Amino acid sequence: MPTLTIDNQEIKVPAGTRVIEAAKLLGIEIPHYCYHPALSIAGSCRMCLVEIEKFPKLAIACHTVATDGMIVHTNSDKAEHARTSMLEFLLANHPLDCPVCDQAGECKLQQYYMTVGRHNSALLDNKIKKTKARVLGPHVILDSERCILCSRCVRFTAEISKSHELGIFNRGDHSELLNYPGKALDNPYSGNVVDICPVGALTDRDFRFKVRVWYLDSKPSICHGCARGCNIRVDYLRRRFHHNDGKRIARFKPRHNPDVNGHWICDAGRYSYKQLENEDRLLTPQVDGTPGGWDSVLAGAAKAFAGHVSEFGVNSIALITSASLSNEEMFTAQELFGNGLKMEKIAWRIPPGPENKDDDLLIRADKNANSFAAEKIFTSTSRAKDVEEVLAKTEAGKIKAWIVLDADLGPAFGDERIAKAAESLRFSWYLGSYRNATSQACRFVLPSTVFTEKEGTVTNFAGRVQHFPAVVSPLGGALPLLEIFAKLAGRLELPTVETNPARVYQSLGQSFEHFAQPIYAAPTAKAAPTSKVS
Amino acid sequence: MATQNTIRVSVRRRAATLSFWEQVYLFEVIRGLWITTHHFVLNLYYHILKLFGIRKTHPLTPTIQYPEECRPLALRLRTLHRLARRDDGRPRCVACMMCETVCPALCIQIVAAAVDDPNIEKRPKSFDIDIGKCVFCGFCVEACPEDAIRMDTGILDIASYSRGGMVLDIDRLLSLNAATERTDKEVDQLQKWLLQ
Repeated sequence: MPTLTIDNQEIKVPAGTRVIEAAKLLGIEIPHYCYHPALSIAGSCRMCLVEIEKFPKLAIACHTVATDGMIVHTNSDKAEHARTSMLEFLLANHPLDCPVCDQAGECKLQQYYMTVGRHNSALLDNKIKKTKARVLGPHVILDSERCILCSRCVRFTAEISKSHELGIFNRGDHSELLNYPGKALDNPYSGNVVDICPVGALTDRDFRFKVRVWYLDSKPSICHGCARGCNIRVDYLRRRFHHNDGKRIARFKPRHNPDVNGHWICDAGRYSYKQLENEDRLLTPQVDGTPGGWDSVLAGAAKAFAGHVSEFGVNSIALITSASLSNEEMFTAQELFGNGLKMEKIAWRIPPGPENKDDDLLIRADKNANSFAAEKIFTSTSRAKDVEEVLAKTEAGKIKAWIVLDADLGPAFGDERIAKAAESLRFSWYLGSYRNATSQACRFVLPSTVFTEKEGTVTNFAGRVQHFPAVVSPLGGALPLLEIFAKLAGRLELPTVETNPARVYQSLGQSFEHFAQPIYAAPTAKAAPTSKVS
Repeated sequence: MATQNTIRVSVRRRAATLSFWEQVYLFEVIRGLWITTHHFVLNLYYHILKLFGIRKTHPLTPTIQYPEECRPLALRLRTLHRLARRDDGRPRCVACMMCETVCPALCIQIVAAAVDDPNIEKRPKSFDIDIGKCVFCGFCVEACPEDAIRMDTGILDIASYSRGGMVLDIDRLLSLNAATERTDKEVDQLQKWLLQ
């Protein structure tokens, strides 16, 4: 455990720690471009030069291992002068087209110019012209002129995605980041190179020119794309809706969490924001495809339910639920339909298709966000059934009604099979967010909100319970599922249903030990910082 | 943060009470009538001199036959906005949103789009200024890195029968030009548009 002194502050660090990390522990930020804690060290940008006593020259903090008795000065005149000069070199061929650059506002070149640069360029030669707007892959576009050749993206494709698409070619100031001939930047994690690019060289093709970043607000959230539960930051517009094609949610960015996703998220999760406000969202309650008000549709739905129960009994109804609902919604559904209405057929298990496989980085085959909790909450009363079984029993005429909670059965069982099975149903409810084959097969459609429009917790495949807040207000006439449950309970003359997710989680914790640990307590202190990618 | 050095300003207040002569009232009325009559007679005198060609200018109150006749505007006066063009006719604006960001009245709305030309990359798909909201502060002109938005049209009389009519779109803004480079024909056309 070497003890070193940085800017007159002493700190003890584990052996092998780099000076830049030791300084970070003291809250001192040493400017850097090429260094990234999750990647190997390149030492190419030379921005992190610091003065270390008894060293003959300045040393780069990202590669120098902290040793006992080391005395580091990060703000000495020599170090500051070196940084300013380095920035001048990095900007030697930079086009300074910040007005049309998507990175403007979150660009490290801008940031460090204002903090440690502030120089007048002494260079007289013309800037080198390079290719602008070169498409690298389906998600990423490159501006070579803006690139400072830090090689973070090259190291990412070599070390993290292991797909080896990018390299730096040519020499001197003709050096250029390019993809290897015939290899497009097309891997399941390609969007991450945009996040780690400290300048505007690599930008996102989907986000390109949609909205300036300083119009965006951020909230921490949890990706619902698969069972991993990656920590994300939701960037959204709170005003100026003429930007971003009138949509509120502009992008998902990864949020650092060493226990879940590290610094990364996959492209499928990153671009899953697009469906949140697309034209497939259900926005008004419907009966047989005709839109109606909440009151009339709920009254019709409750009447159909009561009539069916008196005729065929509650056991002819199946509850088909998605395994992506939040813990609170699953628990309320279990309380309402399982314990309250004594329904015995609760199905949620759909085997993942053969195209879905676990990979060794983040992606999970299970595309449901909360299968772990479904297993715990619905199996606890030994009523769980496979959806396949429910479908077979429907086709055999044993099940005469469905209550579907946000489950899209089309991809797993085929749209025709669902439509055909639904034809024989006496009544069906669909409580979900999107229009799909299942929602179209159901008689009563009650629109619910997506995860960015409701608060809750989800449990990832490893059993980690993570909280996500409501980022934006519900779209159209959609309501959070808990509120729909409460309305239904009122119509069916059942005990009142709690709609506050924090209180639902409390009762969930009383019923299941796994959820006993408080997660809603002191939400402001608990919320993870929405740190930008380092 | 509270500043350490506060400036003390002493204001001399006018006495609230009236003097004796002011309280008498009649005297003040006569004084007021004298000022009005003085200006009237003087104006009449000089206008008669001008009418008979004895004097060429009015040294006192002039009469401007607005809108047929206008006072000359200072070149630096902030007037209705316009969007300037490049030499090849394309808009100078690259939709960087600086003016929209700096606008204190939130009257500018820009929607950006990509262009194929890699030297420009970005252009405004739509660019709306709500003149009804604009406070003519000129911050947009200051902020523009491309010298695209300018307030030099010399147009000050802006009116419409609807709120929507006060919103100028990109075509309108690009069709205007600077007051200094306007031909007589364009002045006539502009006059027509303004009088519509």
